[in-house]
Amino acid sequence: MSNLRILVATKRVIDYAVKIRVNAAGSAVETANVKHSMNPFDEIGTEQAIQIKEALAKSKTGTAEIVVVSCGPVKSQETLRTALAMGADRAIHVDSDEELQPLAVAKLLRAVVEKEKPDMVILGKQAIDDDSNQTGQMLAGLLNWPQATFASKVELGDKSMTVTREVDGGVETVKTPLPAILTTDLRLNVPRYASLPNIMKAKKKPLAKFTAADLGVDIKPRLQTLKIVEPAKRQGGKIVESVDDLVDKLKNEAKVL
Amino acid sequence: MLRSATSTLRRVAAVKAAPVQQVAVRSFSTTMASQNVSFGLSEDQLAIQELARKFTEDEIIPIAAHHDRTGEYPTELIRKAWELGLVNTHVPQKYGGLGLGVFDASLVSEELAYGCSGIQTAIEANGLAEAPLIVAANDFQLKKYLGRMTEEPLMAAYCVTEPGAGSDVAGLQTRAVKKGNKWVINGQKMWITNGGKANWFFVLAKTDANAKTGQAFTGFIVDGDSKGITVGRKEQNMGQRASDTRGITFEDVEVPEENVLGKVGQGFKIAMGAFDITRPLVAAGAVGLARRAMVEATKYAVDRKTMGKPIIEHQAVSFMIADMAIGIEAARQMVWKAGWLKDNGHRNTWEASIAKALASDVAVKSACDAVQVFGGAGFNTEYPVEKLYRDSKIFQIYEGTSQVQRLIIGKGVVDRVLA
Repeated sequence: MSNLRILVATKRVIDYAVKIRVNAAGSAVETANVKHSMNPFDEIGTEQAIQIKEALAKSKTGTAEIVVVSCGPVKSQETLRTALAMGADRAIHVDSDEELQPLAVAKLLRAVVEKEKPDMVILGKQAIDDDSNQTGQMLAGLLNWPQATFASKVELGDKSMTVTREVDGGVETVKTPLPAILTTDLRLNVPRYASLPNIMKAKKKPLAKFTAADLGVDIKPRLQTLKIVEPAKRQGGKIVESVDDLVDKLKNEAKVL
Repeated sequence: MLRSATSTLRRVAAVKAAPVQQVAVRSFSTTMASQNVSFGLSEDQLAIQELARKFTEDEIIPIAAHHDRTGEYPTELIRKAWELGLVNTHVPQKYGGLGLGVFDASLVSEELAYGCSGIQTAIEANGLAEAPLIVAANDFQLKKYLGRMTEEPLMAAYCVTEPGAGSDVAGLQTRAVKKGNKWVINGQKMWITNGGKANWFFVLAKTDANAKTGQAFTGFIVDGDSKGITVGRKEQNMGQRASDTRGITFEDVEVPEENVLGKVGQGFKIAMGAFDITRPLVAAGAVGLARRAMVEATKYAVDRKTMGKPIIEHQAVSFMIADMAIGIEAARQMVWKAGWLKDNGHRNTWEASIAKALASDVAVKSACDAVQVFGGAGFNTEYPVEKLYRDSKIFQIYEGTSQVQRLIIGKGVVDRVLA
């Protein structure tokens, strides 16, 4: 009988459907009064953890406890409540109003891992706001754990997992012992809606709070954003009469030759 | 001297004319209903609204046009909604439901109707059938007939209207006669929503031809597979075509004594009492339809250009859209007020009538103007607004016609002014 503890990392980001704009100061994307939700890849991660738990229960081969964690300001608790409503068992909020870059998040998660001692950590492959695609890999490095990233299929074995990864060249299957890091890709699963009864039950599930200081982690940013601009507006095209004309324009107007 | 005397008189007259309703708020609200007035939603209410909105966007909107065209009942969609707890929201927790109050349920109704009011009506009809039971059923009946609704995705129907009596409930002809320890029902019902899909019916029948209206009728719970029930054909309606509406014939249908709701003779009161729960929700549906009309009209108006600019910049168009917003915001507040009053243990009949009367008129006007904003395209089935126009009309008719609502409201004004 295996009793798994799965740690799922989630991030509160601007909702994917929102049309984002750069703020008035030109320093960042505008977030005030903008709809936020759980990072879609983290929804997939939460769903995967729940499916693992349900499969263990159905085959009567074990149980799983799903702990969901989010690092960020107090509004991150909305994201945690969503995960609890989907089916996670308890939540941890690492409270910080500071900017948290991937390395800082990885260090915070390492501290949580050392507290919780999970058998696997599931993260989204990247957050849709910064598109870093670093936190899972950095966490694996800090913990010296194996990692399987861009997962499109996961099968659990005896103290191991077999993961199908979507990579540039195609599809790769790897097997790693547990504990290990898993990052989710789009085709891993389709996340469920949180049902109304579960939304109400989620209120009663435990939510613990820590700060970076409590965990003894230095979260100072190492990268500085110099400038944010919107992509240049698309210019109209021009019709050229001859190849010579085209070459001339490429050389002298577009300056790419 | 004269001026101050006049203004004093005016002030005194104003105080006399405006009846102050002292409302003592007692604490037997449901888990989430707010004790104090708030125009905002709690975290839980936002979560409920968000779920309903997401479900509508992902599941209802993509298939609504198909069910409108074919009239096919959205069985699969209702099952999905049922699995998420979006159906049968009033069933008390004791019988496996969520026990949501009217306010919280209205958030769900508005969102589902935004997607398709036909589908929302099919789902809402369960609530309508269940309401008389929630008002008057005993524990045995609640367990048997509400319990099953949360165990399987079953439908139920509120079976009161007849070919000869809609607004004139007192004129019902369906009879129920006691024979031994059973009741035998004979009669003809019409325009019954979910008529063809109901696992059980709430039926209102006349049990005492000589009594006054308030004592002449009895409510019964009738199993859908009872011998003697003939379900008519699915009616072809103007709008809300996904919903299933039928005539139902009762020929010597036997109903056991244990299925009498409340006491014999209480039926009229129970049937009307159900409306305090359901009228705000039907009004919420109308608000959802009106909101959809406004959103579709706005999206079209910012893109479509005439005379060199997007038509939203022509005041004739933007004023139509502004009127939609005026109606929607006002109607929604009446829905919320009617819901809050009921959830906090107060009488809400008058406010529920106002909500229903207002919201239905807003829905019809908004849908009509949305077609106008779309112009010729608005008349065409490739665009979403002609369906809204067809769907909107019934809101002024079912659940108490706009005329019946005004009867209630007018009488209520007299009561309040003379109080």
